[in-house]
Amino acid sequence: MQPFTKLTSTPAPLKVVNVDTDMIIPKQFLKTIKRTGLGTALFSEMRYKEDGSENPDFVLNKPAYRKSEILIAGDNFGCGSSREHAPWALLDFGIRCVISTSFADIFYNNCFKNGILPITVSPEDLDKLFDDADRGSNATLTVDLEKQEITGPDGGTVKFDIDPFRKKCLIEGLDDIGLTMEKAPKIAGYETKAKADRPWL
Amino acid sequence: MSAPKTLYDKIFDDHVVDRQADGTCLLYIDRHLVHEVTSPQAFEGLRMTNRKVRAPEKTLAVVDHNVPTSDRSKGIQEEESRIQVETLAKNAADFGIEYYSERDKRQGVVHVIGPEQGFTLPGTTIVCGDSHTSTHGAFGALAHGIGTSEVEHVLATQTLIQKKAKNMLIQVDGTLQNGVTGKDIALAIIGEIGTAGGTGSVMEYAGSAIRELTMEGRMTVCNMSIEGGARAGLVAPDEKTYAYLAGRPKAPQGANWDAARRYWDTLNTDEGAHFDRIVKLDANNLPPIVSWGTSPEDVVSVNGIVPDPSAIADEVKRESKIRALSYMGLTAGTKMTDIELDVVWIGSCTNGRIEDLRAAADILKGKKISDRLAYMMVVPGSGLVKEQAEAEGLDKIFIEAGAQWREPGCSMCLGMNPDQLLPGQRCASTSNRNFEGRQGFKGRTHLVSPKMAAAAALAGRFVDVRTMN
Repeated sequence: MQPFTKLTSTPAPLKVVNVDTDMIIPKQFLKTIKRTGLGTALFSEMRYKEDGSENPDFVLNKPAYRKSEILIAGDNFGCGSSREHAPWALLDFGIRCVISTSFADIFYNNCFKNGILPITVSPEDLDKLFDDADRGSNATLTVDLEKQEITGPDGGTVKFDIDPFRKKCLIEGLDDIGLTMEKAPKIAGYETKAKADRPWL
Repeated sequence: MSAPKTLYDKIFDDHVVDRQADGTCLLYIDRHLVHEVTSPQAFEGLRMTNRKVRAPEKTLAVVDHNVPTSDRSKGIQEEESRIQVETLAKNAADFGIEYYSERDKRQGVVHVIGPEQGFTLPGTTIVCGDSHTSTHGAFGALAHGIGTSEVEHVLATQTLIQKKAKNMLIQVDGTLQNGVTGKDIALAIIGEIGTAGGTGSVMEYAGSAIRELTMEGRMTVCNMSIEGGARAGLVAPDEKTYAYLAGRPKAPQGANWDAARRYWDTLNTDEGAHFDRIVKLDANNLPPIVSWGTSPEDVVSVNGIVPDPSAIADEVKRESKIRALSYMGLTAGTKMTDIELDVVWIGSCTNGRIEDLRAAADILKGKKISDRLAYMMVVPGSGLVKEQAEAEGLDKIFIEAGAQWREPGCSMCLGMNPDQLLPGQRCASTSNRNFEGRQGFKGRTHLVSPKMAAAAALAGRFVDVRTMN
């Protein structure tokens, strides 16, 4: 997994609440057996017209945001289906950080497994960040994970919280299966005890 | 004496393998369900790192999302779907996992077959790369959806890295009116708390109305927990739970059953246990619920009207709801009972069980569906549900009413197979999500119970099923 430390980019504003993972990546793209190549399918039904051409009104099709690495979105981003294709598609498009007032749990978790940083901010800060993002290529945000800080185009900062273990894994790009495998003796110990306590399982 | 615990606290604590100083835990997973859509990359990951499945006997694989619901004897025509199905078959064989193919009568929607086989048991931890894993919480199991990276983590280690969620109590007291169901309870709760209302929480459902529900009804309620933002829903096990499980192929037998029963009897929330949030719902006055928008929180009584979003103070929320109305082709103020339908769909992990089919058939018996409808499709949740329904003659009731009787699978709940709405088609659906494009590109979904779906099929528009006989 690619580590996440610091990122500077023009943020793209997606002013929609309850953006669900069906919206992030519709079902027809879930038939893949690979993790890669989903970037062109990101937000497919909003991003493209029925004839397959780009919808010029969609934020990521506007010149200022075509290379955005930060997405700012309305409350409850990533709700619905557990499909990890959603963060895979964001990552493949180039988005490494999503900012909202809240995230659905499964999506939030999935981000960390893919080197994407989801940041939760207050409604007031989100409004301010939307305003910054509306300025397009004239405005960039810098996200510093170590300092847990977003710096706006005018130098103002927003602090954010993050779970320390997840922060460490993201900064170091750690493979958590590898970390857990180191605890194999503890897992075996648990299994022995559980077998005695609940032999029907 | 230790502090009083919730049901969630008890199951969680019984599965902690390791606890770090910051509260991050390694949680043991008793049961892992696997389907074809969210697993190929996980198995690929195992191969790339030369890892094995730690406990194949605790893993059960089934195909459900991609399978056609028409005749399967000639195989799956659609190439990508076929490859995904074949990939799961190969992965299951290579890693020694039990697998139900589309030709096995035990095949069905993953959350229907888990309980049906007795694979789902009280007090267990259950995961699946599927958000509706919350369904299994109806048995007092801690069950939730995970992403594909976590599927790989569970395959390799039989554990999951977790932090304790908050405890949320949904207290539903009273008696449901005739025609009002668990689905209406679920939709009403989501309407009340919003789709982010349960984020970061595990919901326990309690109260007399939950006790009164059958296991099928409880599964419907727990299934929809994720639509309220909670990864897991729970109902404490009771005699109904045990009666459902007794004799199931994978349920414990003999002395093991007795020992299990003793443990299961301890699985309830202690008097005085702390909940971070309590939400109450009165079952007595609950009407049948219908969704109007593109989020499961967009719900209203069948006797209500399409709400006017222009009064919503928050700009982003207001614009989102206006967008939903536009997508749904509806005007604020329209009576829900004036909304005409093109398609009725019955099935899914929410409402594709035998009781759901009985409820719908009971409404349809001896009647014909409306000429307005392009079609009505009934998709049993599993091959065994289908077999049972046919033994009871339900298939004939559906077919004589003018509905299609299909093979089991996820079908139009998410339209990964050929069962999809056409652009603009409006569907009364017993599924769980009314998201944009969910049932087909530009398709319009209204979430309802099986009874309400059947009543709507007869009228070609929504009707209050309580007024029908």
